Amino acid sequence: MTGPLTRDRKSRGRKALAQFAGFFILRLCLALVLAALAVLLFDIISKGAGSVSIEFLTKAPRRGMTEGGIFPAIVGTFQVAMVSALLAVPLGMAAAVYLNEYARKGVLTRIIRVAIRNLAGVPSIVYGLFGVILFVNILSFGTSILSAGLTLGLMTLPWTITASEEALKTVPASYREGALALGATKWQMIRTNVLPYAIPGMLTGAVIGLARAAGETAPIMFTGAAFFLPHLPRSLGDQFMALPYHLYIMSTQHHAIQQVRPLAYGTALVLIGLVLLMNMSAVVVRYRLRRKQRWTRT
Amino acid sequence: MRRAKRAKLKEKAVSALFFTAGILAVIVLIGIFALLLYTAIPAFKEISVGEFLFRRNWDPTSPEKAEYGILSMMMSTLLVTFGALVIAVPIGVGTAAYLSDVAHPRVREVMKPVIEILASVPSVVTGFLGIVLFGPLIARLFGLPNGQNALNGSLLLAIMALPTIISISEDALNAVPHSYTEASLALGGSRWQTLVKVRMPAALSGIIAACMLGMGRAIGETMTVLMATGNARSFPHGFLDSVRTMTANIAIELGEVPYFTAHYYALFAVGLVLFVMTFLVNLAADIVLRRYQEKER
Repeated sequence: MTGPLTRDRKSRGRKALAQFAGFFILRLCLALVLAALAVLLFDIISKGAGSVSIEFLTKAPRRGMTEGGIFPAIVGTFQVAMVSALLAVPLGMAAAVYLNEYARKGVLTRIIRVAIRNLAGVPSIVYGLFGVILFVNILSFGTSILSAGLTLGLMTLPWTITASEEALKTVPASYREGALALGATKWQMIRTNVLPYAIPGMLTGAVIGLARAAGETAPIMFTGAAFFLPHLPRSLGDQFMALPYHLYIMSTQHHAIQQVRPLAYGTALVLIGLVLLMNMSAVVVRYRLRRKQRWTRT
Repeated sequence: MRRAKRAKLKEKAVSALFFTAGILAVIVLIGIFALLLYTAIPAFKEISVGEFLFRRNWDPTSPEKAEYGILSMMMSTLLVTFGALVIAVPIGVGTAAYLSDVAHPRVREVMKPVIEILASVPSVVTGFLGIVLFGPLIARLFGLPNGQNALNGSLLLAIMALPTIISISEDALNAVPHSYTEASLALGGSRWQTLVKVRMPAALSGIIAACMLGMGRAIGETMTVLMATGNARSFPHGFLDSVRTMTANIAIELGEVPYFTAHYYALFAVGLVLFVMTFLVNLAADIVLRRYQEKER
């Protein structure tokens, strides 16, 4: 006897089972993603921690890079990141001000936005090629901190523009209207009533962009990063050592790859630690800012 | 009077300055294309375009006859990218669906920054894991002398494409109007049925765009494939072959090539092809995504 009632119950049971199984599979997907991240971090941390010491962080490599530390690579990464920040942060902020405060809706603005999103998708090695032609050859900066920094800076530009615009969007329209109502010009309004509230957010966005730039290898490989240097760079025209490139060399190009594997793990740990530290501090600052802003607005 | 004039002039100058910064993105994008093209063109004085695009052999330093065919590299790039998408699309879309439809809001809040961590791992670190972790594992699993092959590259690229696919698919699912969801639930659909039959189809174009952006990222990724795929120059026949992608080939040879030779120009031509490929994929994703967002609004 299968009346309509039992059939209904049966189909409801099947529906619940399908939902249970479906959600289980989705949960499995998330678990896989988390597992990948966990394996990655665990492997680097567990095997890299043994090599990281004060000496490792503050000494130069010795004996054909089979001993010693990575100090010059840390310094080089900071220097090149600074150069790229000097290019990308002001330009990114200014571009964001244009897009958020000046630009009218239209074809040109749309083209600019498409260009920004596309720039973010240009392969890093293509930025490297561009840097080789423009900075190394045409502008004859040679292979140097300057060339590599400018190449990375251009690559960071779309990220800083996007982040800066996000920050500008959090400034309430009433701030702008208040200034304009009192007779301020547009630039006065931006300077006194918009930028002061947006700049902290812009800077945290810039730090996240820089963290990504600091981890990049392909754009600096041919524009200034060096295999090994006996001394620290003395000027912007010098070549430099960098953490990501050092890791690449230690894991693929070194003459005694197995022997230096612990050093490679240590370099990987320092690199990933540096990038995560920059990211996390920016995220924490951004979170605090948002709470503060919410508070002032109400 | 004069002061008013000067103030006006200042306003104009400032807005011109901001405009210049705004238009810079367009200039840089066109500049990249123009300089790549300009540097690639001399290559085609010695190589025919047909030979360049459709020949399998790339051997610029051959003592007899230098050969410049990029077909093998292009196929390697596509193979590794395809493998990455086969892994990353179901997992990424599944994760996005879980986060938007199943997970507790608090879980979602915690998972967002965690997935951002995955996105911030430098590519050279991922490549390093391909050498020390995935490589030996693949070698043992398939009984190969080493694990530097297309499969290794695909696995790593999948990990790198996941954050993009997850976050943009999740945005697409969150943008589906509540009325759709409510209508489906009111008609007696379960949450699972609503997800699969109503919300996923409604978000489909956004999900496709997410996968395309992930694909663009995989095509252009350099360090991971350079370190993990073995870089043999032969034509790829399967995932267990050692392959050399276009990006890896540029990275390997640009360091050794003498400037301003046919080989040097040819490497820029490879870069140009790469730029055009990723540009088209990204542009297509962008168009899908924007049209979709405008429709929702």
